[in-house]
Amino acid sequence: MKHLWLTAYTDILESLRAKWFLAYGLIFGGLVALLFVFGLTESRVMGFTGLSRLMVTYIQLAMAILPIFVLITTVRSVAGDREAGVYEYLLALPIGLGAWFWGKLLGRFLVVFLPVFLAMLGAVIWGVAKGAQVPWVLFTYYTGLLMVLAWCFLGIGILLSTLTRSADVAQASAFVVWLSLLLFLDLILLGLMIRGNLPPETVVAIALANPLQVFRTAAMLLLDPQLVLLGPSAYLILDQFGKQGYLVYALAYPTLFGSLCAWLGYELFKRGDLP
Amino acid sequence: MIQFEQIVKQFRRQPVLRGLSLSVQRGDRIALVGSNGAGKTTLIRCLLGEYHYQGRIRIDGLDPRTQRRAVLAKIGFVPQLPPPLKMPVGQLLAFVAGVCDAQRAPLEAVAHRLGLDLDRIRHQPFVKLSGGQKQKLLISIALGRNTEILVLDEPAANLDPAARRIFFELLAERQALGALFISSHRLDEVASLVNRVIELDQGQVVLDDRVEDLVDLSSRLHCRIQLTRADEAFARAIRAWGFAQGEETHAWSGWVAGPDRLRFLGMLSRYAAILAEIHLQEAPASEPETAHA
Repeated sequence: MKHLWLTAYTDILESLRAKWFLAYGLIFGGLVALLFVFGLTESRVMGFTGLSRLMVTYIQLAMAILPIFVLITTVRSVAGDREAGVYEYLLALPIGLGAWFWGKLLGRFLVVFLPVFLAMLGAVIWGVAKGAQVPWVLFTYYTGLLMVLAWCFLGIGILLSTLTRSADVAQASAFVVWLSLLLFLDLILLGLMIRGNLPPETVVAIALANPLQVFRTAAMLLLDPQLVLLGPSAYLILDQFGKQGYLVYALAYPTLFGSLCAWLGYELFKRGDLP
Repeated sequence: MIQFEQIVKQFRRQPVLRGLSLSVQRGDRIALVGSNGAGKTTLIRCLLGEYHYQGRIRIDGLDPRTQRRAVLAKIGFVPQLPPPLKMPVGQLLAFVAGVCDAQRAPLEAVAHRLGLDLDRIRHQPFVKLSGGQKQKLLISIALGRNTEILVLDEPAANLDPAARRIFFELLAERQALGALFISSHRLDEVASLVNRVIELDQGQVVLDDRVEDLVDLSSRLHCRIQLTRADEAFARAIRAWGFAQGEETHAWSGWVAGPDRLRFLGMLSRYAAILAEIHLQEAPASEPETAHA
């Protein structure tokens, strides 16, 4: 356990010194600042105003930026370290492979999740200071959603890093994976429905398997409980899960998916050549 | 102590090690030589449990893949190319000490002996150090731990003569502990440090020979050189070995580490045309360096 924490701590310090982390922190901190500056808390959409409005917008933006950021930075640093010979040296020290792998994942998770969370927390503190009402349910659920989003894409990123031998290939693969998930949000999915006469159940199943879609729908569900924005497939989702059921699913499925990817990555890592 | 049995390692169906077998006894100091692609680094990585392979490797009965922590606790490793670690020197030492359940003091003591000013570089990222500083730090980490086996891949390539001498002394202090592997492209670089030479070619052992073990790793030679005329290039080269100019204009004197004599003579051969006289005398390790000055 000591080695796991030591690896996590080292990875956190390494990330804090990296330029990507500076950019990452600035983007999410800047986003919240911009939303305040442009008076988003004063506007109203579908009954949402104040901090709720800010959080809904923030979570939508986070869902657009966080996955690709997590994927690219994870694969670049992990595959890049291996390519540069960092693994050859550090894994010649008497450290367990499990402690190394999961320690790196834990450290990276904290580094990825905390800035996004702290930006949202900062917004809440600022709102409280200004006398705004804090939507605690929304805040708690969105915190969970961000946590799961970070974990899920971290798992995918670490799996891609173990599957590829070079940083460039890993980065290209990460981009392709992200693009595929993005395209299956609407574009390809709609095309499949129209051209292939697919039954709605199949299309919904594809949507439910896509973590990006799951996050999007869950975030939308709090904003729009009837899922009017989603169209007819909303009936299927709400019939199958119910609102509460889907909110739980949106936390559980990506957690399991990310964990499965990370576990698969670990199995491949320990069974393969390390450097 | 270490057994390699029929080791086969392939990369994409390209065999790098082809059924290599080797037995290493306690006290063996092995020069692992061979051209690029001979399989030296691959063999080292198999020993470190970093590669999968066919065959069997046992280190005191332990498997480096399945019992890697126990195996790696016995091994100190210095890679050929220093890794581009961004962590500061102090953090690297703390990490190594934590992972190896070692004290930092012995690591730092070796670093000081090699001439590293840790207080000055403690907060510098490892990757920003000079080639020599990186090499010294990696050697300190390998030699400062309580290890039984040393695996050194071109270890002294970036060291200045003074640091090389200390490095040889440190190796001399560790001789009785276990086994030593020194990988090098050139035998003459490492010949004086070893008592066994193993040459690899295309993944197989093509030479496994004992060598005379006469050179005391901690021995030193006092050297006086007389030139026919002054030469600026020679002065620069000899100063790098820590030599000082004598009272006579064309005379130089200084100390050479015993195992470095071949390398030193190689350097002198470049200036053969201006050498009038060379005098080399072995001195006991206990004799102070000022004794011949």
